[in-house]
Amino acid sequence: MAEEEIKTGGGDAGEPIPFMQQVLDNPFLLLFLGITVPTVTYIIWGVMEVASIPVAQ
Amino acid sequence: MAINRQFRTCPDTGFKIHLPADKLIKWNAVTAVVFLLIGGIFGLAVALTRWPEVHLLDADLFYLALTAHGLDVLLVWIIFFEVAILYFASSVLLQCRLATPWLGWVAYILMLVGALITNVAVLRGDSSVMFTSYVPMKAAPDFYLGIILFAVGALLACFIFLGTLVIAKNEKTYEGSIPLVTFGALTAAIIAIFTIAAGAIILIPTLLWSVGYVGSIDTVMYKVVWWAMGHSSQQINVAAHISVWYALAAILFGAKPLSEKVSRTAFLLYILFLQIASAHHLLVEPGLSSEYKIFNTSYALYLAVLGSMIHGLTVPGAVEHAQRKKGLNKGMFEWLRKAPWGNPAFSGFALSVVMFGFLGGISGVMMGAEQLNIIIHNTLYVPGHFHGTVVVGTTLAFMALAYWLVPVLWQRELFLPGLAKWQPYLFGIGMGLASLFMMGAGTLGVPRRHWDISFADATLSHEFPAAAYLMMGMNGVAALIGGIGGAIFVLNMVGTLLLGKKKQPAPAKAEEETVAQGPIAVSGSAGAVSVPGTFTLALIFLVTFILYYFVNWNYLAGVWGLS
Ligand code: HEM
Ligand SMILES: [Cu+2]
Repeated sequence: MAEEEIKTGGGDAGEPIPFMQQVLDNPFLLLFLGITVPTVTYIIWGVMEVASIPVAQ
Repeated sequence: MAINRQFRTCPDTGFKIHLPADKLIKWNAVTAVVFLLIGGIFGLAVALTRWPEVHLLDADLFYLALTAHGLDVLLVWIIFFEVAILYFASSVLLQCRLATPWLGWVAYILMLVGALITNVAVLRGDSSVMFTSYVPMKAAPDFYLGIILFAVGALLACFIFLGTLVIAKNEKTYEGSIPLVTFGALTAAIIAIFTIAAGAIILIPTLLWSVGYVGSIDTVMYKVVWWAMGHSSQQINVAAHISVWYALAAILFGAKPLSEKVSRTAFLLYILFLQIASAHHLLVEPGLSSEYKIFNTSYALYLAVLGSMIHGLTVPGAVEHAQRKKGLNKGMFEWLRKAPWGNPAFSGFALSVVMFGFLGGISGVMMGAEQLNIIIHNTLYVPGHFHGTVVVGTTLAFMALAYWLVPVLWQRELFLPGLAKWQPYLFGIGMGLASLFMMGAGTLGVPRRHWDISFADATLSHEFPAAAYLMMGMNGVAALIGGIGGAIFVLNMVGTLLLGKKKQPAPAKAEEETVAQGPIAVSGSAGAVSVPGTFTLALIFLVTFILYYFVNWNYLAGVWGLS
């Protein structure tokens, strides 16, 4: 089977780096996503539901 | 340049290692192993207490030991080792100086002092609240304070990791993208930052409540935010040990990932979706809607499970590909049969991949389904599941890495190589069985965190089937085997540092690729490949998975009769 070596990193001049690779190569963007998604769907949503439980009289 | 004098070149691997990073990696790894020993002893004591015929500790000591066990292994052992991995995956793999080593020492001291403070609080006996420390159970203030200090230290370590990535990029110490192993470590660091932030949000008010400055803390609110930390920290472990798998495949076989794109996308799925599975700890909680529970534990989480299945396919696939390239091409499984099963770095890695998938993975997906969760909620099934993830998955993978890393970093021969050969099997199979027996007992209804299932001194009693007692006894025996395996590991590591023979500089092998030039440190895919053995194994896994899942739905249907 032909062994092709695929280099990530697009060092070749002129060849544009694919969008997804730019995302994956940006640690701080990933950090932002990794904190925002669970904060919204898990923490904020959850806290809102708990906060809206009526208090016993 | 002054900075150059701070590097040494590793004679075994060719890595240019930054000396301050070298020292930090060593201290964090050694400290981790010491806490594994302490926590392991507590674990054994717990297992022996839950063995009805032995019933080792009295009730107070049992809960003390259970608290200490959870803290010392889950938090202290694993996170110290992960800090070592973060420094290794950034500074060593990118052959770059570590950002702010002095801050690394601040982090180390905070973590160590924090761990000691919490351990003292637990050993004093007034803080046996278990590592979840659910309110309104109240521990002494120093219990929470120690954990907070520990977490601040770990957070600093994550920042040092990110800082090192920035330095490496600016100083152009690598080409293209960071290596896949470093990318996996980045995934772990990102999840860790979320984890620790959530921990701060919940533990600081709890500390104030324990001191008396805050009147009360809502119990459900506590659980929601606490599990953002408690569960996510398990996902740090998953991301870290999967990076270790890729690292070991590269080190032992020169294996390239089958596709960088696919593996990195799988890590991205982790970054986006793994942490929300925290909601599986709240599945029986009243007050939270099914939409919330099901979105967070099923719909979106299954995307992260997809990530795990991808890694489960690509890690063995990469090994198979590398082995076939070396000519081990006969039949479906020659590549696997002729793998170095006597090398503990390999056997630990292989057992970790298989058992993490079969024991931890399958059970986790089952119990994460809202409807099924009720069958096993708060039973021993739960510890059975997570000993299948954090023990035979994470801990075993870290042990495997240590068998390679410790002799290389310290330049010493392994202390007891003969025993080391057996160690992964003893620890892996012992703890794998313990995990199975706990799941078995849990299926029969045996509760977790329970001192005496015979209810000898209780007003209300309950008869468990004889099979449950049998399972608890077998669990004790399996824990002993696993405990011996764990002890051999600690002995070997400590022995290697203190008594191991200095390595003789190996005669320079001309022309051979060093580890530092290999796939662990460079990004790049293997390209088009066929891995029939791996696909066969994956099919076996899927069939097992599906069968087990349906068996449990059937079991659920039998819980309540309809007529
Ligand atoms: C010698 C090895 C080990 C043995 C014999 C062992 C045994 C046990 C047993 C019997 C329980 C009690 C279950 C219950 O009563 O609810 C337990 C709990 C636990 N174990 Fe282990 N374990 C070992 C290693 C580990 C390791 C390496 C980790 C983590 C990396 C770990 C994490 C935990 C956690 C988090 C708990 C739950 C504590 C709690 O419910 O508060 N164990 N273990
Ligand atoms: Cu969880």
